[in-house]
Amino acid sequence: MHIVELHQAEKRYREVHALQGLDLTLRPGEVLGLFGHNGAGKTTAIKLILGLIRPSAGTVRVFGHVPDGADARDRRRQIGFLQENVSFYDQLTGLEVLSYFARLKGVSRRHCLPTLEQVGLDHASGRRVKTYSKGMRQRLGLAQALLGEPKLLLLDEPTVGLDPIATRDFYQRLAQLKQQGCTIILCSHVLPGVEKYIDRALILGQGQLLAEGSLAQLRQQAALPLTLTLKGASYPLPAACADFVHRRSASDGIQLQVPLEHKMSCLRQLMTLPGLTDLELQPPSLEDLYSHFIHHQAVDRPHPMEECQ
Amino acid sequence: MTVLLAVCHKEFKDGLRNRWIVAISLILALLAIGLAYFGSAAAGRVGFSSLATTLVSLSSLAVFIIPLIALMLAYDSLVGEEENGTLLLLLSYPLARWQLLLGKLCGHGAILAVATLLGFGAAALVMGLFSDTTDWAALLPAFGLFILSAVLLGWVFIAFAYVISAVATEKSKAAGLALVLWFLLVLVFDLGLLGLLVGTEGKVDAELFPYLLLLNPTDIFRLISISYFAQEQLSGLMAIAQHVQLGTGALLLTLAGWLLLPVLLALWLFNRRPL
Repeated sequence: MHIVELHQAEKRYREVHALQGLDLTLRPGEVLGLFGHNGAGKTTAIKLILGLIRPSAGTVRVFGHVPDGADARDRRRQIGFLQENVSFYDQLTGLEVLSYFARLKGVSRRHCLPTLEQVGLDHASGRRVKTYSKGMRQRLGLAQALLGEPKLLLLDEPTVGLDPIATRDFYQRLAQLKQQGCTIILCSHVLPGVEKYIDRALILGQGQLLAEGSLAQLRQQAALPLTLTLKGASYPLPAACADFVHRRSASDGIQLQVPLEHKMSCLRQLMTLPGLTDLELQPPSLEDLYSHFIHHQAVDRPHPMEECQ
Repeated sequence: MTVLLAVCHKEFKDGLRNRWIVAISLILALLAIGLAYFGSAAAGRVGFSSLATTLVSLSSLAVFIIPLIALMLAYDSLVGEEENGTLLLLLSYPLARWQLLLGKLCGHGAILAVATLLGFGAAALVMGLFSDTTDWAALLPAFGLFILSAVLLGWVFIAFAYVISAVATEKSKAAGLALVLWFLLVLVFDLGLLGLLVGTEGKVDAELFPYLLLLNPTDIFRLISISYFAQEQLSGLMAIAQHVQLGTGALLLTLAGWLLLPVLLALWLFNRRPL
């Protein structure tokens, strides 16, 4: 069974085409990264999945059912959601806020303290939220999303304001949930370091699907070159590689940008170079892919802002 | 029902935390005790006035302040949650919009009821203990009725505040609208009626005219006090009201009916509000 199924889902607000013909299926235990600029349609897609808005055309199914309407309400217990920039009730303590959300979700209050512990807020559970830092508020937001062992998690910019250690802990927690079969949608402008944790990425731009697939598939589609950095190599480079030189500097060595299809032939020749002390190989990162696809769209259809300039 | 009570409980706790309950109780208690003791200062004496005088003049002051308090308490309940981002989050929970709204009504209603009971109750206690002219048997039902009608009036205006909160796109706009509504219902309506009466030189239907007062919940509130102390000297618009042939009970019911209208309107508007 698919946890989430969008078929040609569309959302229009008067003039604005917030989302156009999006197809998406998610299996249990899958982690999807949903990327795009502000206004790309990420939030619209999430609202559709949550059943907060109805599609103008197409269908949306969550757990096999339409997510809006009265009968869908009980299934929401299995969904965890955290949106961007949420500020909780300042006058209540962290524990009280979480207990409130637990009661709304029908989760026993016994789970509140352990959940706070999971996100590292147990020491501040009795303090009022107004004394919390941005990172602590974000962790409180995560805690409410994690309540009641959700089967589907939708997280919008989940690591904003988290320090590197908290971010790592957060991703480890996600990996655990994934193991238990939880389906996760991570929504973001590109998150550095998120590559390892997502099975698939979906890139949106101005309400349209720009690219979709695993990282390997996206690299294939984008056909971006690898970056090779050579240390201690002497000149001249083998003929097959000489064309790919991107930059050379005395301190950093020689940098090559090698198209994927020449990767192996180039590598073989480079290994025979005398004096080569180190070789660093860098495939295109998610960030590179993201800007590639976004830029691609901008070339196809000029952005209104750019037209003005 | 559980989720409705959860919302109610949270709102009430918020009211305790941000000192709403203490503040409202203090204001109402000071107002009531001050009026009871210094109410006849204009007549050249200081000391407790009669129960009837105190309550009738208290009701004409409370009619200004209770709607204002209720509107301030609740004007941002929906639009404020939206600005904080919690509205979107709450609606992603197994919680229907009507449950959220009625839960808030329950919580805010409880805050206002407790504060009114504490504030005016304290005044009743002071009068009962220190005034020689009033006895408990007269005092308790009179204050009881007064507190009940004040709470009902407050609830009506809390519901009005939700209507405002459901249509306003920003908190500041909601605050402005709340002020306009207060101005219209508390000040302009009576002036308009008086103007109508004077402008037509009293040619409006004398039977019908007093019933126009029922169109405004603040006037119903004042009528309740007056109908209870019918022998009091009245001035202004309320003098006309003596023709209204409605008992205290019927007036209370009308006020309760008034509660239904803005609640239903707020529910309808909130359901249509896009996210």
